[in-house]
Amino acid sequence: MSTTEVPRIITSRFEHEDSFTLARYEATGGYQALRKAIGMAPAAVADEVKSASLLGRGGAGFPAGVKWGLAPAEVWPRYLVVNGDESEPGTYKDRLLMERDPHQLIEGVLLACYAIGCGQAFLYVRGEMALAQERIAAALNDAYAAGYIGRNILGSDFSVDVVLTWGAGAYIVGEETALIESLEGNRGMPRLKPPFFPAAKGLYMQPTIVNNVETLSNLPWIVSNGGEAFAALGAETSRGTRMFAVSGHVKTPGVFEVEYGVTTFRDLIFSPQYGGGIRNDNAIKAFIPGGASAPWFFEEHLDLPLEKVTVDRAGSMLGSGAIVVMDETTDAVKACLRVVRFFARESCGKCTPCREGTTWLEKILQRILDGYGRPSDLALLMDVCDNISPGIAWPPKQTTICPLGPSAVSPIASAMERFRPEFEARITQAEQTRISVPVAFPKAVTHA
Amino acid sequence: MPESEAPAVDGVVVEINGHEVVARKGELLIDAAERAGTYIPRFCYHERMKPVGMCRMCLVEVDSGRGPALQPSCMIECTPGMKVDTESEITKKAQDGVLEFLLLNHPLDCPVCDKGGECPLQDQTMAYGPGESRMVEEKRHKEKPIPISDLVLLDRERCILCDRCTRFAKDVAGDPLIHFIHRGNNTEVNTFPDEPFASYFSGNTVQICPVGALTASSYRFKARPWDLETTESTCQGCSVGCRISIDSSRDQVQRYSGVDIDPVNWGWLCDKGRFSSEAVSAEGRLGESLLRTASGLTPARWSDALKAAASALSAASPASIAFIGGARLTNEDAYAWAKLAKGVLGTDNVDAQLGDGLPAEAVLGLPRATIDEVCAPGGTVVLLGPDPKEELPVLFLRLRHAVENDGVTLIEISPRATGISSLARSSMQPRPGEAGDLMRALTAAADADRDIAGISAERLNATRALLMAAKGPVKVVIGRASTSESAEVTLDAASVLLGARPDTVFLPALRRANVHGALDMGLAPGLLPGRVALDDARAWFAECWSTVPAARGLDTAGILEAAAEGRIDVLVLLGADPLTDFPDAQLAERGIAGARTIISVDTLRNASSERADIVLAAAGFAEKAGTTTNLEGRVSSLSQRVTPPGTARPDWVLATELAGRLGANLGFTSPAEILAEIGSVAPSHLGLSIEVLAAAPDGLLVPAELPEPLDDADELTAQDDAVAEADATAAGDDADVEIDAAADGEIADSESEPVDGAVQAEIDLAEAAASQPAPVAFTPVGAVPAPPLDSYSFRLVATRKLYDQGTIVQAGNHLADLAPGTAVRVSPYDFDRLGVAAGDTVSVSSPRATLMMPIHADAGVARGSAAVVINQADHQVTQLMTINDVVTELRIETTK
Repeated sequence: MSTTEVPRIITSRFEHEDSFTLARYEATGGYQALRKAIGMAPAAVADEVKSASLLGRGGAGFPAGVKWGLAPAEVWPRYLVVNGDESEPGTYKDRLLMERDPHQLIEGVLLACYAIGCGQAFLYVRGEMALAQERIAAALNDAYAAGYIGRNILGSDFSVDVVLTWGAGAYIVGEETALIESLEGNRGMPRLKPPFFPAAKGLYMQPTIVNNVETLSNLPWIVSNGGEAFAALGAETSRGTRMFAVSGHVKTPGVFEVEYGVTTFRDLIFSPQYGGGIRNDNAIKAFIPGGASAPWFFEEHLDLPLEKVTVDRAGSMLGSGAIVVMDETTDAVKACLRVVRFFARESCGKCTPCREGTTWLEKILQRILDGYGRPSDLALLMDVCDNISPGIAWPPKQTTICPLGPSAVSPIASAMERFRPEFEARITQAEQTRISVPVAFPKAVTHA
Repeated sequence: MPESEAPAVDGVVVEINGHEVVARKGELLIDAAERAGTYIPRFCYHERMKPVGMCRMCLVEVDSGRGPALQPSCMIECTPGMKVDTESEITKKAQDGVLEFLLLNHPLDCPVCDKGGECPLQDQTMAYGPGESRMVEEKRHKEKPIPISDLVLLDRERCILCDRCTRFAKDVAGDPLIHFIHRGNNTEVNTFPDEPFASYFSGNTVQICPVGALTASSYRFKARPWDLETTESTCQGCSVGCRISIDSSRDQVQRYSGVDIDPVNWGWLCDKGRFSSEAVSAEGRLGESLLRTASGLTPARWSDALKAAASALSAASPASIAFIGGARLTNEDAYAWAKLAKGVLGTDNVDAQLGDGLPAEAVLGLPRATIDEVCAPGGTVVLLGPDPKEELPVLFLRLRHAVENDGVTLIEISPRATGISSLARSSMQPRPGEAGDLMRALTAAADADRDIAGISAERLNATRALLMAAKGPVKVVIGRASTSESAEVTLDAASVLLGARPDTVFLPALRRANVHGALDMGLAPGLLPGRVALDDARAWFAECWSTVPAARGLDTAGILEAAAEGRIDVLVLLGADPLTDFPDAQLAERGIAGARTIISVDTLRNASSERADIVLAAAGFAEKAGTTTNLEGRVSSLSQRVTPPGTARPDWVLATELAGRLGANLGFTSPAEILAEIGSVAPSHLGLSIEVLAAAPDGLLVPAELPEPLDDADELTAQDDAVAEADATAAGDDADVEIDAAADGEIADSESEPVDGAVQAEIDLAEAAASQPAPVAFTPVGAVPAPPLDSYSFRLVATRKLYDQGTIVQAGNHLADLAPGTAVRVSPYDFDRLGVAAGDTVSVSSPRATLMMPIHADAGVARGSAAVVINQADHQVTQLMTINDVVTELRIETTK
C-alpha cells in the first residue's frame, strides 16, 4: 500500500487553521500559477490542462481540457460557470474545498477563464452551504482588492468578473442545465440535451463551460507544476489525485485525497488512515461507489481500484466520489427506500416519468415495508423502473430529460438483483401476519 | 407531394416507419411525421408555442447514425438520413409507460369533467397504455377547483403539468402570472399569492389545456361535448376578425373557441371575444319590437312597428333623414341599409362611426397592409393608434410575437403608454395635438435641436435614426388613440410619413367589429359601396340603384348638430348608442333630444334606444348568416348557430321590409343574394360570392385575393386602360352618357344567360370596366394647429380599456364586473406639482363641464397630459369633450 506517499494537490492547505485567508494562500504559493499563466498564451494554458488529462470531478468524468474545446470558436461572450451545487448524498468534498481553500478555487476559475477566453464567471454555490458562501464571498472581496480579479488583472489586459450566487437547495440544480436555468433566475429544471448543450447554448444561450469545484481547484497546481507532472500521478485513464468521501457504516468517515486509479475500495474503506473499517467490525453487505445514483457494489468489488474505466466496466461509476458503506445489519429494502425517497423528493417535476415514476416507486417500497406488499409488486417495481430507464441497463437509458429519474432505478435494480429474497421475505411475512386488510386492493393487472 | 418528385431545395429526407418522407429544413420530427400521416401522441407540444419536451408522450425511436434511441419527437429537428420508428416495441413500451404515469394521479372524474368527450388524455388513454391502473395507493389530493382569475378555474388534480398554460402566459401573452410551484410529485400550477391570473388572454389556457384542469367559469357544467353543435364563424368582439367555432346546445350558444388560421389569430382569442358568448342570450335581449305610447315603450306587432317606421321615413325629406351606426352588422346588413338609405331614401347622412374613429376616406384610401405584412420579420412598425392590447387584443399578440421572435422594430407614438410600450424600441408620448409635429421632426432631413411635442431631442433623434434605418416599407398601425384629440392630428402625422416615405403602408385599427365592412358598404357620408366616392360612382350606381344621393351628407357629429337644430326628422340608430359612445356627451344629448322621430334597431335596450320612438328588435351575432370584414379588409363568413330571441330579425330583413313599405324593392331575399349583388356592384368587391368565399377558409382579402374577373392578359390590359381612361374623364358628362348606354340590366341578366353566357359576360365585364369608378384616394391632411400651451392646463387623453360599459362586456355575466372604472391620471411630476395624494378627489374642468374624479400618478402619462378612460361606469368623461376641438384643455384643481 502506497498510501503514505500520497501527494497533496488540492488539500495541501487543509491542516492550516487559516487556510481560507488570502495571506495563507499567498504564503503557500497562491496566485503564482495565475502570474505564470498570464505570461503564457491562453492556448498554452489550455494545452497544459489537456496534457494533464484531468477528468471532470463532478460525476460524469468528462476530460476538462476536451470540454473547454467544445465551445464554438469565435462566439462571444462565453461564460464559465462553476458548479458548486454539491448535493449528491454522501458527497462533501467540494464543500470542504470551498470552505477551506476558496482562493485555490478562485485561482482555478481565473486560469480557466484565461484559457477559454471568458470575461465573466459565475460561482454557483449550493443554497445550504452558508460557510462556503461566506468564505468565498470574503475571498472574492480580498482577491478583487488585491487585483487578482477585476480589470487588468496583475497589470495585464486580462479582465474577469466573478459573480457569486447560490441556489435555494434543490438537488437537481447540480445538473448543469438546471443550474444554468437557476442562474438565469428561472425555476431549476433541466434543459433538454440536445439541443441545449451548454458548450454551445448555455447561459443566456451563449457558449458556457460548466466545471466542478474540485476540477477547477486542480488547475493552480497543474499550471504551476505542469500537466505532465499531474499526469504522472494516478493510473492510465485516471490521472492525478482525487477526493473521495467515505461515509456510512465505517469507523472514521471523512474526505480523503488519494492518488486516482491506484487506491482500491478496500484501502479506502478499511485502511486506518481512511475509513478505518466497518463499525463493530461487522461484515460488509454492500457499498455505493460513486454517490446515490450509482449502482451498488458488493464484497467482491472491494479490490477494484478507484479508477474510472474499471469501475464503469464493473457496472457502476465513481460519480461524485462518494462511497457509502452498508454493513450486514442493513435492511436492503429500507436502504433502497431511503435512496429512492431522496430522488422522488428531489425530482424537479418537469418530465412525467421522473415526477410520477419515482414517487410511485417510493410508494410501492413503503407499502412493502409497511406490510402490505403483494407478490406481484416485485415485477411491478421492475416494470416501473423499466419505464423510467428502458432495459434497466448500465450506463442507463432514459425516458426522462435528465439522469435523475434513472438514478432512482439504480438502487432498486442493485438491491433486487442481490437481495431479492429480502424483498420476498417482507411480502411473505406480511401475508402470514396480516390479520385484516385495511384497504381492499384491486386485482393486480399484468402489463401485457 | 408525390414521392417521385425531387425534394424541395430545403427538403430533408428522413425515413419514418420504413417510408421516405421529405421534411422541411428545420422541421420538427413530430410535424413532419404528422404531415406524412403518422400521428405521434403528445400533450405538451403545441404547434404555436416553443416545444419543451416535458410530457415525454412523443418519445419515438430515432436513429441518427449512432443506433436507435428514444427521443422526444417534438424537440428533434429532421436531419438527413434519420431513421424513425414510431411503432417499435421500445417506442410503444415507453409511450404506454408515460401514459400510465400520467394517469397515476389523474382523478378520472371524466363523467363530471367539462373536457370529457374532447379530452386528449381521454383519447390517448383509449389508444395507448394499459386498460387498468396498477397503482393501488392513494392519489394526490388538492383543493379543487380554485379560481385563478374571474374567468378561469384550476383543478390541480386533473393537471398533468404539461406547461402549456404557463408557457402561453409567459411566452405568448406576456403575462407570466401562472407558474409551476413546489417540486417533484407536489409540483402544481398556481398563481402568485394575491395575484390572480388577470390576463386578457386567460381563456386560451382553457382551450389549450389537454385535460380538464383549466375550465372556464362561463362554460363549466353547461354542456357535454357530444351534445354540442358547432359552426365556424368570425368573432365580432373587435375588428381583428379572429376565426372561431361557435358551440351551441339546446339552441343556446355555449362557448366560442379559437380556430387557427394563419393570416389572423393563430388559434388565439382574447377573453372579451371568447367570453362574449354569454352576451348572445343575455337578459334583456329584445325579442319583439317596441313603440312609444303614453306609457313609454311598449311591445308592438311587427306590422305596426314597421308601418310606423315607414310612415315616418316617407314623410321626411332625404336631407332630414339620418342613419347612425352599422359597425356591428354583417356586410350584407350594412349593404342593405346603405341601399335603403342612399339608394331608396336618397339621404347621404349616414355614418357607421360615432365620431371616435377616423374619416372613412382615410381608412379606405391609405395604402393598406395586412397583419402578416405588418408582422413580417425584420420590418419596422409605427404604432400611431390605440393601445392594441386594450382595443385589438389579438393584434397585440401578433405584434408581440413579431417583436419578440421575428426581430420587428416597433416605434410607438401614442398619447399614453400602452400594453406594448415595453416591447417598443422607442415609445413616445407626444403632447395631445402634436403628433404631426413630432412626425415632421422624425422625417426631417436633419436631427432636431430642440424638444418637440414634449419629446426630448435626444429621444427624438434616436427614434429618427431607427426610422431611417428601416428596411423596406414602414408599416403603420393607424387608429384613433385618444377620442379627446381630433382625428386630423393622426392623419396629419400619417400624411407627413407618407410624404417622406411613399411606400409606407397602413393597417387601419378602428375597433368596432365590422366597421371596416360598414365603410366598404358605403355607410359613411360621401361614399358608396365598394370603397368609392359618391361623386365618382354616382353614375355606376345609378344603373342598379333607383336613386343616388344628390350631395355629400353629414357625419355623426354633423347629424347630431343638425338634429339639435331641429333639422332631422328621422334618426335611425343601427345598433348605435350615441348617448353613451359619442365623444361629446352634450352634443349627443342635444341631438337625441332634437331628432323628431328616432328609430332604434338593436339587440338590447340602451340609453339611446330608451329615447327612441320605434325600437326594432334585431337578430345578433350567431343568430344570422353573412360575412364580415376585418381591419385588413379580409372578408370572412359569419354563421348562424342559434335562433334569434322572440321574433327578432336580421337587419337586412328589416331594411328589405321597410323598403317594401316605401314602395321599393331592394332586390334580394337572402344574405347570399346580397353578397352576390355586392360582388357585382361594389367596385372593390367585384367577383365576390358565397361560392368564392366558401373556397377560402381563411377569408378573402378584398380586393387583392378576389378571383380575377377577366380571362386573359389582353383584357386585363384593356381593363387597366379603361380604368385609366375613366379616371381621365371621370368628371366629364360624356362618361356618364357612356355608362348609361352600357348599363341595361346586364348584372341581373348575366345569371340566366343561356348558351354563349361566357362571351356575353366578357362583354358585360369589359363594358362595366369602362365605367368602373376609381377607388377612393387618401388626400393628405395639413398641419392642425393646436391651441397654444398654457402652463396651468392639461390636455386630455381619453383612451379605452378592453372591459368597459359596452354591450358585449356588460351583457356577459362574467365580463361585466371586470370594467375597471376610471380616474384621472397624470405624470408623477404633475402629480407632485399638484400636491395631491393618490386617490384624492380633484375637480377636472374643461370648457364644457366639471367632473369630480380621483387622481393618480402614472408614469405612462406625459407631463402636461391628463389621462382618463372612456365608457366606464363611474364617470362619463365624454362630458368634458367638444367634438371638433383639436385637443381638450383641462384644469385640475384640488378640492381641499
